[in-house]
Amino acid sequence: MNAPFDLFALDEDTRRAANDAFVIANVSRRRFIRSVSVGGLALAVGLPKLARAEDPPKYGADGMPHGWVDNPLIFVSIGNDGIVSIVCHRSEMGQGIRTGMPMVVADEMEADWSRVRVVQATGDERRWGNQDTDGSRSTRHFFTPMRRCGAAARQMLEAAAAARWNVPVNEVQAKNHEVVHAKSGRRLGYGALANDAASMPIPAADVLRLKDPSQFRYIGTGKLKLVDAKDIVTGKAQYGMDTRLPGQLYAVVARPPVYGGKVTRFDAADALKVPGVVKVVEIEARPAPPNFNPLGGVAVIANNTWAAMQGRNALKITWEDGPNASYDSTAYRSSLEESARKPGKVVRNDGDYSAAAAGAAKKVEAEYYLPHLAHATMEPPAATARISDGHCDVWACVQSPQAARELVAQRLGLSVSDVTVHVTLLGGGFGRKSKPDFAIEAAVLSKAVDGKPVKVVWTRDDDLHHDYFHTVSVEHLEAGLDAKGMPVAWLHRTAAPTIMSTFLPDQKQEADWELGMGVINVPFAIPNIRIENPDAVAHTRIGWFRSVSNIPHAFAVQSFVAECAAAAGRDPKDYLLEVIGPPRAVAPKMLGDTWNHGESPERYPVDTGRLRRVAETVARESGWGKTMPKGRGLGIAAHYSFVSYIASVVEVEVDDKGNIVIPRVDIAIDCGATVNPDRVRAQMQGAVVMGVAAATLGEISFKNGRVQQDNFHQYEVTRMPAAPRDIRVYIIPGDYSKPMGGVGEPGVPPIPPALCNAIFAATGKRIRRLPIGDQLKA
Amino acid sequence: MTKLNINGKPYDVDLPGDTPLLWALRDQIGLTGTKFGCGMALCGACTVHIDGEPGRACVTPISSLAGKKITTIEGLEADKVGRAVQAAWIDVGVPQCGYCQAGQVMSAAALLKKKPNPTDADIDDAMVGNICRCGTYARIRAAIKQAAGQTGASA
Repeated sequence: MNAPFDLFALDEDTRRAANDAFVIANVSRRRFIRSVSVGGLALAVGLPKLARAEDPPKYGADGMPHGWVDNPLIFVSIGNDGIVSIVCHRSEMGQGIRTGMPMVVADEMEADWSRVRVVQATGDERRWGNQDTDGSRSTRHFFTPMRRCGAAARQMLEAAAAARWNVPVNEVQAKNHEVVHAKSGRRLGYGALANDAASMPIPAADVLRLKDPSQFRYIGTGKLKLVDAKDIVTGKAQYGMDTRLPGQLYAVVARPPVYGGKVTRFDAADALKVPGVVKVVEIEARPAPPNFNPLGGVAVIANNTWAAMQGRNALKITWEDGPNASYDSTAYRSSLEESARKPGKVVRNDGDYSAAAAGAAKKVEAEYYLPHLAHATMEPPAATARISDGHCDVWACVQSPQAARELVAQRLGLSVSDVTVHVTLLGGGFGRKSKPDFAIEAAVLSKAVDGKPVKVVWTRDDDLHHDYFHTVSVEHLEAGLDAKGMPVAWLHRTAAPTIMSTFLPDQKQEADWELGMGVINVPFAIPNIRIENPDAVAHTRIGWFRSVSNIPHAFAVQSFVAECAAAAGRDPKDYLLEVIGPPRAVAPKMLGDTWNHGESPERYPVDTGRLRRVAETVARESGWGKTMPKGRGLGIAAHYSFVSYIASVVEVEVDDKGNIVIPRVDIAIDCGATVNPDRVRAQMQGAVVMGVAAATLGEISFKNGRVQQDNFHQYEVTRMPAAPRDIRVYIIPGDYSKPMGGVGEPGVPPIPPALCNAIFAATGKRIRRLPIGDQLKA
Repeated sequence: MTKLNINGKPYDVDLPGDTPLLWALRDQIGLTGTKFGCGMALCGACTVHIDGEPGRACVTPISSLAGKKITTIEGLEADKVGRAVQAAWIDVGVPQCGYCQAGQVMSAAALLKKKPNPTDADIDDAMVGNICRCGTYARIRAAIKQAAGQTGASA
């Protein structure tokens, strides 16, 4: 893979331009945030450039803030009773990481899972390595460090036993929670060896022996039950919402209804009359951009949550709405469309689009619209803080505990070492809880009541009104088809407010890492490709939502391929495979993608063979090509994201009234080898449902700067009767010696286009605007 | 002072009568297994049993509960059907984030007490009020069928 074969090489100038554009691209989220918060734009932009001048670029876990740690003395402790405690340093939000990561350590160290306990790390990246639980990165970044960690622990236990028995270490073997000396039949349990093992030297890299994958006892089997399952079904599991401390108070906050607004004045008299209300406190708003700062507003602190809510209802607040007071999503859609119909900043340019389009036998054009979405985690944001003796403890459901820690410290004027962030279970994350604004609110409110513990609770309307919303976008595509109906010219204009607007002023273009989510890096066998990114200005907080920009990009690209197939009179599956072209490894930079999900372009080229294979798998398994009854149809989509390859076939049934039923979804993933295939399966099942929700129901709209949806009756999500009844997941077998891909996010993007392609097959109606809503209703 | 009977134990709750059961459970009594998700009986995360019937704690004022037997997720293990549902949930690997699952389990247990062998339509009817944002519905269905002693669907 050292010399990836490129079908269509970029010219040197374009490549150089792409490299220069790299400057911000590889700044990871967290490092980026910190740079901004301490030094502003110059430092943030300067960092990677300086680093690049002196050092080779770092990829994967090496490229993340604080990288990785594999020290067994940090992650593993063994009690004299033999109980092995293994630290999970990533946040659990439903992906199963508290089972998956410790499982890797336990497997390598030959620990018996029934005697393993999982300990959740506090936010401390210097100790644990990177803890940003996002980007579908935990397993692909930490599988190998955690293997080394477990293997080192095993060898230290063996060394301790050999020393105890005074025999050569190569005569002993760790097996199922004990070390055995076969020659003499002696054996010692891990508990008995714990103290000695801890003082053994940590094996150096050249003597560390990883297991052969054939010897794995847990990894890859999918047989272990979730470590938290019992607690979850008995009500004992502790989420951010569940923290209870002695003397605790409860708070809800009235935040500015318009993003960028602030409190002009408020009258707390009636609120203070509500039984149980203790105090009313203003939280200061910070100037834009919002970063992870609280939005400001007026907090009501009470003896219980209900009283705090009643108190908030009784507040009289005059707001100054600020610069986004006229934000209207209908008008904004028109402005995005206008933007997308004119040339914009060129972000990839292969061949000569204009000439090829002019000479094409047929032209196809389509425009797609996807609205803002809210994460709507079932657990709304919640955090508890307590300040005592100059130390702030925070309990919070955060995906980014280190960022929470640093920002709480900054806001309170404490040193980072004076803040501890205890990571609870997350009742859903999906990117919302990467932004710890609610943890900072809790800290500010605790300070306002002399350090007493305060839990801040977001209600559902708070959550929907004040999310870091998934972007809104217009995707404008044009293609020129040759005489055989195949595309020879491809134009894609993507216009969407960027997540960068949350961190920097005056951001109008998608960042390279947004463009690298399935718009510039389409690995298609099309000689003339032009990708443009017209301006779009954000009028609300924009943030990561599970699979991020892949959702609009995949919807547009995979819908448009099917539209071209229809224009060519071709089968959509055959056409898609032909557009992907022959199996080949494409260097990401040749696609204009210098980001590549932060991964090495040599280790992670875009492999069209793998993309073809998942598409072929779902086509075969779903019975693609079979005759469908009237009103039924199959749709296919394939998308590469988070360095994994996913394809899906959705079967839809549309009745005479335009009601949709989804009887079956087939989805195939090639993410390389898997740690816990049962959880990969679960993530695919869940991604299908979330994709269906986004396609059929999801829309956050704004009027007069205000979100129009208050709760689940207005922001609907998929419920059981509408969920696909039969979801069939196919995991392409992988090789543990090869790089892994992401799992948590990449299942979502193919679902909306596959569904809409199925609707086209069933009805002949093409959906270009999400959500589908009542567009099929007569 | 409101007297409540929760999981077979009596509690005196010193909160205004219009306080929803949810907040009495979570903030005063300390039973946090019953979850807050919407506050408007739209998501089912707060489902409890009130005299055996599923109810939404977030909209049920404590003043309406005098003399009624309330079962929360923490008390479900005392019940045979409840234990079967919990065991099936673990075995099928239903939970992802798990936050909604207390409510899902309570709704499923109430269904199985009434209909020991529910059809798919019965399951849809009983579970439509419980949202799972992680999308565990296929496994919830499979687990209900397993708990009912039926052949599970593919999950």
